[in-house]
Amino acid sequence: MTSLPSEPTVKLGLVIDLDTCVGCHACVISCKEWNTGAGGAPLSDMDAYGEAEGTFLNRVHSYEVLRDDAPPMVVHLPKSCLHCDDAPCVTVCPTGASFKRGEDGIVLVNEATCIGCGLCAWACPYGAREMDRAAGVMKKCTLCVDRVTSETLPEADRVPACVRACPAGARHFGDLNDPEDPAARLSAARGGMDLMPEQGTRPVNRYLPPRERDEGAVMDLVALADPAEDAEAGGGLGWLDRALAKLG
Amino acid sequence: MPDDQAPQGGATRVAKTTCYMCACRCGIDVHLVDGPDGRPAVRYIEGNRDHPVNRGVICAKGSAGIMQHLSPARLRAPMKRVGPRGSGEFEEISWEEALETARSWLAPLRETAPQKLAFFTGRDQSQSFTGWWAQMFGTPNFAAHGGFCSVNMAAAGIMTLGGAFWEFGTADWDRCEYFMLFGVAEDHDSNPIKIGLGKLKARGAKVVGVNPVRTGYNAVASEWVGITPGTDGLFALSLVRELLRAGKVDLEYLIERTNAPWLVVEDPGAADHGLFARGEDGEALVSDRRDGTLRRWDDPEARPALRGRFDVDGRPCRPVFELMAERYLSDAYAPEAVAETCGVSAETIRRIAAELAHVAFERSERVPYNWTDWRGVEHDHVVARPVAFHAMRGVSAHANGFQTCRALHILQCLLGAIEVPGGFRFKPPYPKPLEAHPKPHGDAQPGAPLAGPHLGFPRGPEDLLLDAEGRPQRIDKAFSWEAPISAHGLMHMVISNAVAGDPYPIDTLFLYMANMAWNSSMNTTGVMEMLTRRNDDGGYVIPRIIYSDAYSSEMVAYADLILPDTTYLERHDCISLLDRPISEPDAAGDAIRWPVVEPERPGHAGVRGFQSVLLDLGARLGLPAMVDDEGRAKYRDYADYMVRHERRPGVGPLAGWRGDGDSHGRGAPNPEQIERYKANGGFWQAHVPEGARWMRPWNKAWWDWAVEIGLVDAPQPYVFQLWLEPLAKFRLAAEGHGDRVPPEAIRDRLREAMDPLPDGRLPGAEDPAFPLHAVTQRPAAMYHAWGSQNAWLRQIHGENPIYVPGELWREHGFEDGDWVAVESAHGRIEAPAALMEAVNPRTLWTWNAIGKRPGAWALREDAPEGRRGVLLNHLIHELLPPKGDGLRWSNSDPVTGQAAWYDLRVRMERVPARERSSPDVGRQASPVGVGPEVVAYDGKGTT
Amino acid sequence: MHPAPSLIVFTTLSGLGFGLIAWLGLGVHGAAPGWVVLTFGGLAFVLASAGLLASLGHLGHPERAWRALSQWRSSWLSREGVLAVATLGVFAVYSALWGFGGERVVWLGLLSSALALATVAATAMIYASIRAVPRWRHWSTPALFVALALAGGALLAGRTTVGAGLLLIALVLQVLHWRRGDVAYAEAASDMGTATGLGARGRVRMLEGPHTGANYLTDEMVHRVGRRRSKALRRIAIVLGFALPAVVFLTLEAWPAKHTVAGLAVLSHVAGVAASRWLFYAEAEHVVGLWYGRAAG
Repeated sequence: MTSLPSEPTVKLGLVIDLDTCVGCHACVISCKEWNTGAGGAPLSDMDAYGEAEGTFLNRVHSYEVLRDDAPPMVVHLPKSCLHCDDAPCVTVCPTGASFKRGEDGIVLVNEATCIGCGLCAWACPYGAREMDRAAGVMKKCTLCVDRVTSETLPEADRVPACVRACPAGARHFGDLNDPEDPAARLSAARGGMDLMPEQGTRPVNRYLPPRERDEGAVMDLVALADPAEDAEAGGGLGWLDRALAKLG
Repeated sequence: MPDDQAPQGGATRVAKTTCYMCACRCGIDVHLVDGPDGRPAVRYIEGNRDHPVNRGVICAKGSAGIMQHLSPARLRAPMKRVGPRGSGEFEEISWEEALETARSWLAPLRETAPQKLAFFTGRDQSQSFTGWWAQMFGTPNFAAHGGFCSVNMAAAGIMTLGGAFWEFGTADWDRCEYFMLFGVAEDHDSNPIKIGLGKLKARGAKVVGVNPVRTGYNAVASEWVGITPGTDGLFALSLVRELLRAGKVDLEYLIERTNAPWLVVEDPGAADHGLFARGEDGEALVSDRRDGTLRRWDDPEARPALRGRFDVDGRPCRPVFELMAERYLSDAYAPEAVAETCGVSAETIRRIAAELAHVAFERSERVPYNWTDWRGVEHDHVVARPVAFHAMRGVSAHANGFQTCRALHILQCLLGAIEVPGGFRFKPPYPKPLEAHPKPHGDAQPGAPLAGPHLGFPRGPEDLLLDAEGRPQRIDKAFSWEAPISAHGLMHMVISNAVAGDPYPIDTLFLYMANMAWNSSMNTTGVMEMLTRRNDDGGYVIPRIIYSDAYSSEMVAYADLILPDTTYLERHDCISLLDRPISEPDAAGDAIRWPVVEPERPGHAGVRGFQSVLLDLGARLGLPAMVDDEGRAKYRDYADYMVRHERRPGVGPLAGWRGDGDSHGRGAPNPEQIERYKANGGFWQAHVPEGARWMRPWNKAWWDWAVEIGLVDAPQPYVFQLWLEPLAKFRLAAEGHGDRVPPEAIRDRLREAMDPLPDGRLPGAEDPAFPLHAVTQRPAAMYHAWGSQNAWLRQIHGENPIYVPGELWREHGFEDGDWVAVESAHGRIEAPAALMEAVNPRTLWTWNAIGKRPGAWALREDAPEGRRGVLLNHLIHELLPPKGDGLRWSNSDPVTGQAAWYDLRVRMERVPARERSSPDVGRQASPVGVGPEVVAYDGKGTT
Repeated sequence: MHPAPSLIVFTTLSGLGFGLIAWLGLGVHGAAPGWVVLTFGGLAFVLASAGLLASLGHLGHPERAWRALSQWRSSWLSREGVLAVATLGVFAVYSALWGFGGERVVWLGLLSSALALATVAATAMIYASIRAVPRWRHWSTPALFVALALAGGALLAGRTTVGAGLLLIALVLQVLHWRRGDVAYAEAASDMGTATGLGARGRVRMLEGPHTGANYLTDEMVHRVGRRRSKALRRIAIVLGFALPAVVFLTLEAWPAKHTVAGLAVLSHVAGVAASRWLFYAEAEHVVGLWYGRAAG
């Protein structure tokens, strides 16, 4: 059913730390690797050894931010489905293949009933859905639903593959509707933000903004130096004898 | 009941082995299923949570391992060349024919002139084995690729600190509050550094990235210093100056832990100028500041002076500290004096110096910790200095890289920030002083092994490998006057020297896993020509080339005989403490690879692990230690060698579960050893005892433990070498002192380079015709040439534009879609241009090793890597341009011979878009065809 | 957006077909003989269903197209499908009763007309409801689609004067749609700053895309039309789609071989609408382009 569920009480999602993401693409490939064999159609790569155009559920974009009074920043921005509360991709689906789960808010595609019309991808402002060219069905981030709801995986592995892989620890997973959840707490502490809030999609995934960069605290070495410093004495080593005397 | 050893995600079992998608050597859990044909197939690969290197995480390359394992570029059988060299035309042959061919080529060389075999390995992780094989063969011509990769860091680190940056040491991530990275990209120790950065970020610690290009780690750095390439040393020494001026140095540390108080003879022109004043027992002396008496440097009662002029047996001496202070307090190192050269404002330099001092000394604390130093003195604390540095190729790949790295180490010493909480820590087998490392071995004799390992550290001119006429013994001229401390050899000089017959011609070039006909060579087009150059008689100047690789690389096309290797999931390997282990600061560790899937190439003769092939070949050649008394092969294969070989009695390639399975480090070979490794997740670890965690170069408990587990055979406590006496010895030789002196032409260069203190000298000379710098960065998602055959990774980096800094972009009127021509004194390339603002304004850059030769790597011939990919290598010559002195100097660090990739100077112009990047090097035939049109891997072995 | 031929053919032909149905439902042929009713009815049916069939070419799994009828409560695409099937069903009964039985059931006809126009409106609403494509998200999108369907239908139905008038109305809507559309992307609230959340820090530009090559998103949604090409195509669309057929139909009585001329004018109209539709897709900037550095302008 493509109508959205009433507001889920559990909202599983990702908190992605733009201050920490080094842009290594580990999440991109671990996602591809897990999900290509997760059941359903494999994530195909067309012309794989030529121009190569493949299906990916998660991609990392890199941006420069040009600032007037500081050096340019470079920010890596990993992007996958944001599992929006008001997911436009769900309501446009003509078959009911695209749906949002009431129990945890995960947005999924039922590949068996997807007709591959592509409308959900058009409706998504985030570019979070990609048609698999070989299978003719829409693919998207499942939040690794098969991992996070698994009863056989070790507890620690019941997180999306991208979170499991991320070397820098820039990806966090949790119930973002639960203020006590560590991921939600992190988001609250670091000012987690929505992407494209004006699209009215109410995304669940949050992005932690980069901390201020290149703002050197004004610090004065002279102030730190030995106050008895006498620049003339000993050609800049005036402090040495006093310091040695202290050592005994 | 969940079980973390149980297979998941549809897999039927888990095999734990070691990744080989780059040099990082992470532990991986390979989840396997039984494929449709009943054979095991890889469902997916994830990080091993128990593994010390990656702690469960995995990078893009590691996750893409399936695509590497299933790559269409995999070789399938031994091959002999049937077309001309470079054409890529081959005929598959049997293993028997291949091995007999190799034997028939090599046996006569060994009996007559073993140096005519040059055996060099590239991304080899078994150097202690391949080097041993070459030693048994008896050729002096062996090295791996360190000479064009990391030797500056290794040599400067080991000689100065007894340990190095790169992957041999690391920041104390849990306590560090201020972390400076110099020229660190994501190609070594990458997951540990990312994990560490994540820890720093989680705590909000400050990260300062010093790099001309702001990508990757530098992008997340709290502060980015967009330094001009090659000036990091000058920048570091300016920081040194500021700290010295303000007296913000750790005097106690300098006195106790470094050679700062050692007395140096100061008598320019004399034969002992720059050497340490030594007592009758040969030990260096210090002067006691209480009464001026001379004492041994390690006298626990000494209160050494750091300044003053002293007389030792009539020789005028001063302490190292004073010489150092005198030099660095000079105005030449003032922030204002270096700002323009470094591209860093004086204000920034001052501020960073102040921040370093603030964090090191104001945020320091005395951490309660009981330890006993090597003289028996007991201590109840250690002083934390929460400042750590790390450096890699950006520092290493310059002709001043050795001294730049030394400058960084001196800065660390001034801050007292090594082997203390919050600072930089060594990973076992380090700390290990220069004295514990071998000297180089040469002196090849027909039919006999070399007396010792090839690679080592000369302590002075007496250890150089020169023949009776003073010419280099080695084909790469390592350990000659041109590169005296070339501890890793000079792989980048082998082909050009061999073709020039200088110092002598060779017969067989034997390469492993080194793409020398492409991205692993300077002057790629030139090298391709050299490999195909013929004599007057029509034969090739390098008569025979044997190559082993798992994949259809560019180099394959230039070989006469191909010995196909396996992929990393199909092989045995050991990541050994004899080599480059997987230790972390608090534990020594080693690891194995084992065949989690069998190497099958249906319809073809198949592939074999190169190390096993080398043992087979060694046995056929009758090499000592590879055959038993009856001349039969001593080792069944590499796995057998890993278990049974002993380098020293009781010490073998693998340290874990020796003897009856309860001995570690030392013990008799244990036939069950590999099974024990497998059961333990593919690795072994021995944790450093609590009392041996800090201050290890001076810590008795550390040395006792190091001896116990076989890292060393006797304790070797030492202090850090701010003043480097071996360099002083070479400098004296360059001044004409001693029995062995360099040729006249090289003396000035050597005297300048062999400075016992780094002087911040810049690499190369300014040439107004080439006002810009050009460098490459290693992308995190690709490793050298390998990545392009990987259907997933190549989508991330399928082409590489040349990034042009914003100011130049606008000045030259670039628009999106334009191309750029980049020209050096040596060559010209043309490639797509792209704009970047966050880059040093005088530096062009691109990603490394993306461009491919059409026909290689089973790619379609019109793949973007060939059309829109490019190598900077075409612009970089292995020799510097002529300087009018009649000589062509090697484009290398004069101390170590390290290839100076990043000294490249260029100019550029805007050009219209082209059909394909240049130079166009033509195509090679693919011995493995072209990859399939569609890849859709279902995780069950089928696509 | 990628101007997929299947979608251009679909919206052009089905618009024409449903437009004709709308007119036929109103009983424009009065007391015409059965074969005339059946011929026109057949033409409308063929055009509408050919368009629908063409749209199947856009699907990854056309054999599952029937499933698209299920979600009419939320999805405009589903509503379009349901309405199209209902229209064709009702219209078939209406035409058969009329053509074979000679009896025009007025309420069936009016229902056909209403359903046909609703179908066209639903098609347009598929686009107009997508907030991520600012150019489409405007009342002028359904207005233009319906006006063009009615105009084209009128031309086919021989309602020449009304058709010409409707063409002029459609032209006004078309020009309005273009003008407003040309600034819609820039005026939309989304930009690279909101996309990345970094807008407050400074000017955001893309340094590197996620992959060096193309992907489904860039192929499908990050299409860019050159200004000159756009201008030329707009002229072609105005002349062929609106001006020429309007003039011809207003002056039809003066032409020799007027059936041939009228036929050619209809073809011209179809070609012009197809050009307009090509632009409708190709010029539509999806906000996904912002992630790929495609800022407005």
